Amino acid sequence: MKQEFPKGEIKAIRGRSLVIKGDDIDTDRIIPARFLKCVSFSALGEQVFADDRKELKGKHPFDLAQHKGSNILVVNDNFGCGSSREHAPQALMRWGIRLIIGESFAEIFFGNCLALGIPCMTSSKQEITKLQNLVNENSNQIWDFNLKELSISNKKESFKLDLEGGAYKMLFSGKWDATSQLLDAEEKINNTVKDLPYLNNFK
Amino acid sequence: MSSGTLYDKVWNFHQVKELPGGATQLFVGLHLIHEVTSPQAFSALNEKNLEVKFPNLTVATVDHIVPTLNQQRPFSDPLAEEMLTTLEKNCKTHGIKFHGIGSNSQGVVHVMAPELGLTQPGMTVACGDSHTSTHGAFGAIAFGIGTSQVRDVLASQSLAMKKLKVRRIWVDGSLQKGVYAKDLILHIIRLLGVKGGVGFAYEFAGPAIKKLSMEGRMTICNMAIEGGARCGYINPDETTFEYLKGKEYSPKGQEWYKAIKWWKSLASDSEAKFDDEIQLDGSSIEPTVTWGITPGQGISIKEKIPNPDELPMNEQQIAKDACKYMNLEANQPIEGTLIDVCFIGSCTNGRLSDLQEASKIVKGRKVSSGIRAFVVPGSQKVAKEAKQKGIDKIFLAAGFEWREPGCSMCLAMNPDKLEGRQISASSSNRNFKGRQGSANGRTLLMSPAMVAAAAINGKVTDVRKLLQE
Ligand code: SF4
Repeated sequence: MKQEFPKGEIKAIRGRSLVIKGDDIDTDRIIPARFLKCVSFSALGEQVFADDRKELKGKHPFDLAQHKGSNILVVNDNFGCGSSREHAPQALMRWGIRLIIGESFAEIFFGNCLALGIPCMTSSKQEITKLQNLVNENSNQIWDFNLKELSISNKKESFKLDLEGGAYKMLFSGKWDATSQLLDAEEKINNTVKDLPYLNNFK
Repeated sequence: MSSGTLYDKVWNFHQVKELPGGATQLFVGLHLIHEVTSPQAFSALNEKNLEVKFPNLTVATVDHIVPTLNQQRPFSDPLAEEMLTTLEKNCKTHGIKFHGIGSNSQGVVHVMAPELGLTQPGMTVACGDSHTSTHGAFGAIAFGIGTSQVRDVLASQSLAMKKLKVRRIWVDGSLQKGVYAKDLILHIIRLLGVKGGVGFAYEFAGPAIKKLSMEGRMTICNMAIEGGARCGYINPDETTFEYLKGKEYSPKGQEWYKAIKWWKSLASDSEAKFDDEIQLDGSSIEPTVTWGITPGQGISIKEKIPNPDELPMNEQQIAKDACKYMNLEANQPIEGTLIDVCFIGSCTNGRLSDLQEASKIVKGRKVSSGIRAFVVPGSQKVAKEAKQKGIDKIFLAAGFEWREPGCSMCLAMNPDKLEGRQISASSSNRNFKGRQGSANGRTLLMSPAMVAAAAINGKVTDVRKLLQE
């Protein structure tokens, strides 16, 4: 079943999880540069992690049958570093990912995910390892993410997660779609323009 | 909290308002776009029925996908052609100035904008490209953004952003002969790590930085992002003004003097407060080469490839991964590592002085047999000036290929790619797995002069040896 793309308030996410292990997984790995040659994002879902998947010949988590339809990704440290390309979160989203949990995220990647309505939640190394092990033990179990409680849980265990306040508010209120918010400030934008020396002949 | 830094001052000038989430709505003075990250932004704009708010503050060029052998239209790669025509169409529809193929001003976006004088001190510069930090060399606050933010900037000329902390990196002394800006920044990233700058803007300062040309400064700021810092900058000074004087988009006449006055006032105050400060000695830095799969895995030319087990815990895993991927052995000297391909170009090191320094090494020598070596100027202007100085001839005589401007093998979105397990000596900025177009291709990052030396000897070489001969 194809899931809808995120929209509105992102307060709860329910589904199965999968794990990608390793620190410093950069955006070139998430979506190799040769797939950036596109004028729309629609085909990216199939190409996510293309090189890693090719190397593992069907054994990559994103290829395994049991992970089909999973929507929660659990990663390690500094996930999404490297190029600022939004193709990376787009590719993950189009594959079906709606929530990412990890030790830490590269800043631009975090922002790009937020702009798509995909929360990037963090937790300690130990907790993440524990969660990854649990997920790998049984890929069929259903996980419940609750933004308000900052937690993810299965039937038995619950994990505390972190998210910085700004991103939390944006997801909670559904205002992660930034454009309309920015356009609200039209008058103030025009005032800023009037006060910028380089847009006013350095007067 | 920092105060009195250039970052603080420029930030204040561009603050539109505080947003509910704790971010600031920040005005963007110069928005640069290219063919890869803009088409989806334009379609999102159309879907929402929005206009480009200030078309005169967005400037476009084409760089990532252009072929470097034959730039005749239509390109032989239909996808590349489609991306270019889409950009042309979008620029036309929205009244955006486009510096296209054959315009004399096309080039890698971070090379062409500064050389046109578009980038100036005190601006906020945004582009859907992580190496936008380059423009910080002018004392601008410049940062890469994602496609959604490109859409936001097109629609509102502003974006939501959190203020960064500021770390000053003070470099004493001066770089030795044969040591370049590239070595310095690779050294800094090695010291502070690829994540060291997350949450920070880097201010590069001190005598060694002041002595750098604008092109050297751009190399430094270009790679701030490789150290995790979304933006890096250098306070504007006489070197900056000298570079900008007379450029196409630089202020002219009376305005020029007023501009200088304003620009000077933006430099960090002597009593400015930084969130963090680091000091190092530039004189002790040696030519630096990466051996691994992150730009932080650099060592001096005199060092050996580290043994992963002897590194700090948090570096061991990635070092093991790197040894395996690179097929390089721990405890072997990096000098002498055999290479297959030499690439001089990119927004890090594809400028005139880069080509000039490399040509000094190449002059009167021959590329080692079996090595494929090529030069891709960063822009049409660089290519033209290099030709006027006869630099192209020096490279061609030595057996280098001389190509048309573009990003080329920096990320290999065009036909310039590594093949199979080939290993390159590259003046670009990223050595990630598969970066240069082959899923198992390997990259050693170094200065353009070092790449030239590697081409001549067919292996990683201390460029200082060729400078002496
Ligand atoms: S030269 Fe390389 S790093 Fe620079 S903009 Fe082009 S692809 Fe990106």
